[in-house]
Amino acid sequence: MNERLWGILLDAFPKLLSYGIRVTVPLTVLSFALALLISVIVALIQYANVRVLRQICRFYIWVIRGTPLLVQLYLVFYGLPSVGIVLDAFPTAVLVFGFNEGAYMAETMRGAMESVSRGQVEAGYCVGLNFIQIMAHVVLPQAFRTAFPALSNSLISMLKGTSMAATITVMEMFRQATVINGRVYESLGLYGEVALIYLAFCTILTGLQHWGEKKLSSYGGTRS
Amino acid sequence: MMLEIKNVKKRFEDHVVLDGISLDVNKGDVVAILGPSGSGKTTFLRCLNFLERADAGEMVFDDRRVDLSKARKDEVTALRRKTAFVFQNYNLFLNKTVLQNVTLGLTLGSKIPKQDAREIAVEALRKVGMAERLDSYPAQLSGGQQQRVAIARGLALRPEIIFFDEPTSALDPELIGEVLSVMRQLAEDGMTMLVVTHEMEFARNVSNKVLFMENGHVVECGPSRAFFENPKSARSREFVNSLASFHQDMPRTAKRI
Repeated sequence: MNERLWGILLDAFPKLLSYGIRVTVPLTVLSFALALLISVIVALIQYANVRVLRQICRFYIWVIRGTPLLVQLYLVFYGLPSVGIVLDAFPTAVLVFGFNEGAYMAETMRGAMESVSRGQVEAGYCVGLNFIQIMAHVVLPQAFRTAFPALSNSLISMLKGTSMAATITVMEMFRQATVINGRVYESLGLYGEVALIYLAFCTILTGLQHWGEKKLSSYGGTRS
Repeated sequence: MMLEIKNVKKRFEDHVVLDGISLDVNKGDVVAILGPSGSGKTTFLRCLNFLERADAGEMVFDDRRVDLSKARKDEVTALRRKTAFVFQNYNLFLNKTVLQNVTLGLTLGSKIPKQDAREIAVEALRKVGMAERLDSYPAQLSGGQQQRVAIARGLALRPEIIFFDEPTSALDPELIGEVLSVMRQLAEDGMTMLVVTHEMEFARNVSNKVLFMENGHVVECGPSRAFFENPKSARSREFVNSLASFHQDMPRTAKRI
């Protein structure tokens, strides 16, 4: 490897890392928090079988899962201004990523909630709890434990997905790489470098997942 | 009369499960609800606690009249507050410890302060012999232990009546005795109980009243002694006789309690 390339890569590293930490990570965290909130609400509505709301949720999941993320980003950022809805790039990205991943995570949550035996719900009613209390204290804690590996998957996939925000002008880590590359034309080196930083981020998340799975109580093991 | 149940009807699609079941329960009664599988015993019990919505029927509990098919939410809650339900599969909250299983309904449902709830729970768990396992999770307990915790969870609510839905049917044979002896103790303490069961020795020796059902009808309802010693209808006689010969073949099962 020649010296010029080394210089470029070394020079780019702190810039890329800085955008990663200042933009990519917050974008991921905010989007994931929104997705988690949406997924729990949507899963609860379906679990409780609230008539009209349930249909709205199914429609939401159908539309989101049936259209590409990139198209959704473009629709909101470039499309909506023509009907007077103008959002900044960063909030647009948070909203689109949140609603997008939320649809997938809602299905994960619903499945995990349904894996908690209905008998426990009946027992909850019999000891005088209401629906919300049963969900908050019995069903959701167990569902989160079951869904944890799948939710970790979503988080990792979302972290990488934030690179798509570059297409709607969000200056995040990947867009920064394209900007630097525009000056120096070292595509292989620079995109390889940014890929390695994503890989490092995801490795950390994977480590966190393993730690979390150990940490999360398994409620006394699986013996029954 | 503490509890009067009148003419409970329930159908699933075009299959009639309950075709007008009535039952009177006095304070301190232990009613054994017997009958072959599919006779509607469990559905009957579930309708009384609104786990299943009856199509028709009426319940008078402590002079309060409730339509089983049309009860409002507050009526359902009020009735459930006076009752406890013990399930065949225990249905303990798997993410909660033994102690938390018992206190959850007290602190959240009945709004009892934490410290008081703990005392009530420990007392209830002592009654069923589970006070040593406060911090265990259900998955660390045997079926018999889980069912005893489930009974304590019901007891802690200080119910006027406890419904038992086949409380020993899911248990290994060697674990049935410990649950039945807890139930027998409750009966001796004067607890009012409705028990769907296949344990004939329990029905014969502990219950004072039998409701014998078949195909959603009441075949016979009366004192246990009379039912076992001198059944009125041909069908009851047949049922009791079949049990007698069953127990002759397997004398050990008769000695569980």
